[in-house]
Amino acid sequence: MDLTVNIGRLKLKNPVMTASGTFGYGEEYSEFVDLNKLGAIVVKGLSLKPMEGNPAPRIYETPCGMLNAIGLQNVGVKEFLKTKLPYIRKFDTKLIVNIFGNTLQEYVKLSRILDDAGVDGIELNVSCPNIKKGGIFFGTDKKMLQKLVAKVRASVSNAVLITKLSPNVSYIQEFAKIAEECGSEAVSLINTIPGMAIDIKTRRPRIANITGGLSGPAIKPIAVRMVYETFKAVKIPVIGMGGIMNSGDAIEFMIAGAASVAIGTANFVNPSATIDIIKGIESFMAENSIRDVKELRGAIKI
Amino acid sequence: MSKYIRAKITGNTPINKDHNLLVLSPDDIPQRPLPGQFYMIGTDCSYNPLLKRPFSIFRYNPPSPPFSKGGMGGFSEELQFLYRVKGRGTERMKEMKEGDTVSLLGPLGNGYPKPGKNLTPVLIAGGTGIASLFPLAEKLSGNVHFLYGARTSDELLLLSELKGLVKKELIISTDDGSEGRKGTVISALNNFLANQPSSASGGISHQLYACGPSPMLEAVSKFAAEKGIKGYISMEENMACGVGACLGCTVKTKKGYKRVCKEGPVFSAEEIVWI
Repeated sequence: MDLTVNIGRLKLKNPVMTASGTFGYGEEYSEFVDLNKLGAIVVKGLSLKPMEGNPAPRIYETPCGMLNAIGLQNVGVKEFLKTKLPYIRKFDTKLIVNIFGNTLQEYVKLSRILDDAGVDGIELNVSCPNIKKGGIFFGTDKKMLQKLVAKVRASVSNAVLITKLSPNVSYIQEFAKIAEECGSEAVSLINTIPGMAIDIKTRRPRIANITGGLSGPAIKPIAVRMVYETFKAVKIPVIGMGGIMNSGDAIEFMIAGAASVAIGTANFVNPSATIDIIKGIESFMAENSIRDVKELRGAIKI
Repeated sequence: MSKYIRAKITGNTPINKDHNLLVLSPDDIPQRPLPGQFYMIGTDCSYNPLLKRPFSIFRYNPPSPPFSKGGMGGFSEELQFLYRVKGRGTERMKEMKEGDTVSLLGPLGNGYPKPGKNLTPVLIAGGTGIASLFPLAEKLSGNVHFLYGARTSDELLLLSELKGLVKKELIISTDDGSEGRKGTVISALNNFLANQPSSASGGISHQLYACGPSPMLEAVSKFAAEKGIKGYISMEENMACGVGACLGCTVKTKKGYKRVCKEGPVFSAEEIVWI
């Protein structure tokens, strides 16, 4: 049975990776998950300098989902290279670093540092809804996205370049095409969807940032639709995510066109979700006489 | 890799109008919990509620001999949680019946530190805060002062157990005066310490442990700072993962945001920045 998939030049042992921001730096879940079994670990969004993040409350549960506005709290690239990278490198899995900058120059500088440090992939976060500068402005403005991907492309040689797209646009496939044209080797989608909840007694927003990103099963149908639309529009691999809770959900994304999938909120519900999903994909393949997981990609019948 | 376990419910009984005692018999307890530590408990019925909820450990009962796995006689290990029904997660938990199973992640967090040498512990519980401080009093064999406050007398829990356990002063207070002192637990604390001989004049120094609503913890922290007393407080925030990954449950400290689930839930009172 062949579970391997290719994300550009990067070969993963299976299509299951973690979604940025839901799996820390890997070590937080090492008690529950054999990290060697994962296709790839995508770590928490990283910036050049450490970031403090947003005030509390940062999360709030909503029906079949959750809102978060963490604000990209992270240790900064210096500390990442010193402690987090060596830890993950002990495991036989691929490392993809999600990066974020306030300016184009920051993205370029950070990509170079990480490329030199030998990470397997760089995921451009152009879609975080919870920070004031940068981020989503690159992901919802076509010219900005074009400039950003092209510049980073020119400064990264070994690491595979992935662009994480915002669902907060009318036609996500147009943004995927721009990423592809500018040299992104894959696109990942979807990031969280901006949302809001209010406490009716106090009339105050449930999270301090007022709005937050919605994730979990509540957003899955939107994500499946966007993966399907993007798959039809681009040739580069699509990494699908958004509310995947079990292997059935993961397979649904692959049939819609995802080459691989990322598991996010499900890690909070079941810390061994990633492993359960890998096992579930294997059993599905065995039951349905599928020898190569790549056969599932875009296998939708219309 | 076994902190994530399943457990059968062996009891889930109301102890007053909005509190229940949940008794669990887990498949396996990889690590014994300490007072102040917590578990994430999931009712696993559907995706609504989606996330597990954090509950501090109320009681751990070791297996009683001659219990052996799958064998006869004795009792298996048991975890007890005293919880208040206050939202969707706990409402769902209240509906759970004996024989149902839950998923369980823990023990998590740091727990209460040991009292410093020559310091007398003063435990300050507000409302449901009793659930995490009662086991601390038990662990310290009742050699503590215990201040316990609630809004009214019918919200007070475990009064007879506390009377049997606490060997030093036990001070009950209610906001409406329906039991014990009238007023907040903070005014009770103020009054209590004012009547203690000061350490300068050969009296005893104290160490505070507090668990309760956030305004109470803030007041305890300020009080401890003013009087120069060491204090520990157990913090609460909305939580998603419970293992330090999502950064959802952070509180502001003098050294930046810290995770309640990992660096906490017990923090040194002087560390917290109150907003």
